[in-house]
Amino acid sequence: MSYGMDTSNSRPLDVSIIGIGQTQVAEHWSVSLRHLALKAIQAALADAGVKKVGALYVGNMTAGTLSHQQHLGAMLADFAGLRGVEAVTIEAAEASGGAAVRQAVLAVQSGVVDLAMAVGVEKVTDMVGSSATMAQTNSMDADYESVHGITAAALGALLMRRYMHEHGVGLADFAGFSVNAHANAEGNPFAMYRRAISVDTYLQAPLVADPVNLFDSAPAGDGAAAVIVCRTERARDMVPHPVRVAASALATDAPAVHDRRDPLYLAAANLAAGRAYMAAGIGPDQLNLLELHDSFTVMVALQLEAAGFAPRGGGWILAGNGDIARQGRIPISTHGGLKARGDAGGATGVYQLVEVVQQLRGTAGRCQVPDPHWGMALNLGGAGGTAVAHVLERLV
Amino acid sequence: MELTRHWRLHNQRYSLVGEQCDRCGARLFPPRDVCPECAEPAQELFTFSGRGQVYSYSTVYSAPEGYQEYAPYSVALVQLEEGPMVTAQLTDLGDDKPEIGMPVEMVTRRLRADGDQGVIVYGYKFRKHVKDII
Amino acid sequence: MVPNRPVGIVGYGAYVPRYRLPASEVARVWAGGRDEVPVREKSVPGLDEDVVTMSIEAARHAVARANIDPRLIRAVWVGSESHPYAVKPTSTIVAEALGAVPHTQAADWEFACKAGTEALQAAIGLVGSGMARYALSIGMDTAQGRPGDALEYTAAAGGAALLVGPAEESLATLNASYSYVTDTPDFWRRAEESYPSHGDRFTGEPAYFRHISAAGQHLMDALGAKAGDYRWAVFHQPNIKFPQRVAKMLGFSAEQIAPGLLVGDIGNVYAGSCIIGLTGILDVAQPGERILMVSYGSGAGSDAFDLTVTDRIEDSRDRAPLTQDYIRRRTQIDYATYTRYRHKLKT
Repeated sequence: MSYGMDTSNSRPLDVSIIGIGQTQVAEHWSVSLRHLALKAIQAALADAGVKKVGALYVGNMTAGTLSHQQHLGAMLADFAGLRGVEAVTIEAAEASGGAAVRQAVLAVQSGVVDLAMAVGVEKVTDMVGSSATMAQTNSMDADYESVHGITAAALGALLMRRYMHEHGVGLADFAGFSVNAHANAEGNPFAMYRRAISVDTYLQAPLVADPVNLFDSAPAGDGAAAVIVCRTERARDMVPHPVRVAASALATDAPAVHDRRDPLYLAAANLAAGRAYMAAGIGPDQLNLLELHDSFTVMVALQLEAAGFAPRGGGWILAGNGDIARQGRIPISTHGGLKARGDAGGATGVYQLVEVVQQLRGTAGRCQVPDPHWGMALNLGGAGGTAVAHVLERLV
Repeated sequence: MELTRHWRLHNQRYSLVGEQCDRCGARLFPPRDVCPECAEPAQELFTFSGRGQVYSYSTVYSAPEGYQEYAPYSVALVQLEEGPMVTAQLTDLGDDKPEIGMPVEMVTRRLRADGDQGVIVYGYKFRKHVKDII
Repeated sequence: MVPNRPVGIVGYGAYVPRYRLPASEVARVWAGGRDEVPVREKSVPGLDEDVVTMSIEAARHAVARANIDPRLIRAVWVGSESHPYAVKPTSTIVAEALGAVPHTQAADWEFACKAGTEALQAAIGLVGSGMARYALSIGMDTAQGRPGDALEYTAAAGGAALLVGPAEESLATLNASYSYVTDTPDFWRRAEESYPSHGDRFTGEPAYFRHISAAGQHLMDALGAKAGDYRWAVFHQPNIKFPQRVAKMLGFSAEQIAPGLLVGDIGNVYAGSCIIGLTGILDVAQPGERILMVSYGSGAGSDAFDLTVTDRIEDSRDRAPLTQDYIRRRTQIDYATYTRYRHKLKT
């Protein structure tokens, strides 16, 4: 299978991540978008032990709407002391972060750039109330979805209700995804909610958009995360624990759920994961952890199905059989996921990679998965209109 | 103030005017000019009947800007009898609960208004057939 | 009074919103529950409804019953005193939604509660002169009642669309019409005001009764007709008592006005009042039956019409929901919900 790839004959250079940085996901009322990004950028530079990069790719979704700020490439490069550097914003809704990392990887793979940084940043608290709700619908089809007053939560609810209907499952069957994420976040100092929840707490949570309740949906927060990549041959000399980017893939689907042949099938996630497995030369069984886009519990089930961990209609079973726990077959949301680390919109994809790197370096602290070698990050834009998959491999 | 974005979609919003693929016959709504089934041009106009059934539904309690005056309101994915699925609100529910598979018909309603001074945007919503309610 | 070319109604459609406010609710809030109420309940539009959306639905039914290509409609005229825009026609939106644009005339009519029959008179003229094959006249309202005012019991939402065309295609021929108008200030709403004002008991004898009985009597006299020649009659219905009394004044029985007397169940739908009553009659009428319809609009005037049902009624009737279907589709609301649905709360 080619997974629809347009393969070229040229051999890309091998790329590794040598620096990571992140801020806590939170309501950072007193911190601006540029200051948030700066913290993550500085942390990544310090982690890699470098002062400059050759290119900066910014992943962001809502700054144009919520902060009245676009042109983030130049703005953040200038603010971070990188004036003059090549810098540009990559936008793919909530998959902007993953897409920005992919651009950084491509830049280094091509040999054109030595050191490239991707920073994901989202600032959602510059506006409050219904304006903020409106901005979250920016990833939908404005003419045919959001004009009907639909919200991200309602879209998740439409999928969840249909999933429950088709597969005969109930609300309680999704509880494990939320409980697992919250349990894992306890050990993550960068998480928005560091508190475990019980199944009862989940079941009694107030409705957000029936059947989606408060603990089915990820809380939006401000946050920034950054990674620095360079050629693997150089990385080994620069840092003690470089993590290899074994695969980077991006695929798309119809952004509007109603335009998909089967709304309960995440075609882009399937393509991106499939291409990533092929490029890394592994299958899902070899992965030791998966950071996926758990914006809603039903999206976890659908991604587990799309990425080969469960048959169609069987993703929900992993919520309750122990597979996704830290010691399980395929640990997910190991730092809390969007559900408990917090949903930092277009920064999400970078957070996921920062977390996978921590796991593969063995520095994940209380979040640590035992001795992982392979990890994957799966980042979705909208309800899966864009999917970015990165497979990372421990080198030393 | 948004005017033209809605104005140019009158035929879609008021009458569910979509397209049909010359080659494979697929009926398309929203219109997209290129058939997603066979990638051929599909620009022959096709007006949908407005009849369909509920594929899934939910309720919006926390509404985006411009929609708060209607909250809570029901939203749905509606499978049209000619094939395509559309995202739309369910209206005139009264005390009824929506159901998956519920037959519905298209009506034209206010979607939103640009404050008290801007234009009123009208478009399709779906509801139970009048005779199914009584 | 009689067009050059015989014309008739080729299609009709009614619309009543789903929600109902019992008059007892208004009495509970404003009169200690003791008032004698003028109607049982009134219809209330949903939050996403207005004269545009309601007119579109009724008009779609009229076109469906006529079974014609909407591009042949040469006029779309909407009479109302609650157009959603002060400036910008309701009728262009309705015409666009019907598929009647662009080769058509469109305009909004205003004459209190007879704006709908005013549009009908004009449609008869347009079709009857040969200028148009089809003309659509609509009377539709989401009437305004000041909280606590007597009109709040009755000011309701609904109306009907009548598509006028050649007599030979009609389900009811429009044989003749007559209008009777004076300057009588019984009820009005000044520009920019939210609620109308009225002359209380002055709205009765010198206004409603004088104009309806004069218009009806003049038309019957001119046609040499008596009340007994009609199977059915329908009059503007601001409450239950007025049309009952004016029917008696003109010699009509309670049975003759029964199928068109809808006000008790839906309230006063203003510009749609007597024409939705007519749709209630057309839903049950048999071929050959003759109908008298007389509207009343404050300010003041009446339009009277003489109709005869044809055998085409049988085929066309079931192409759209009946008026009684809408009346039975009913969800009761309380006064609190009503104040929200009618935007009576300052936010």
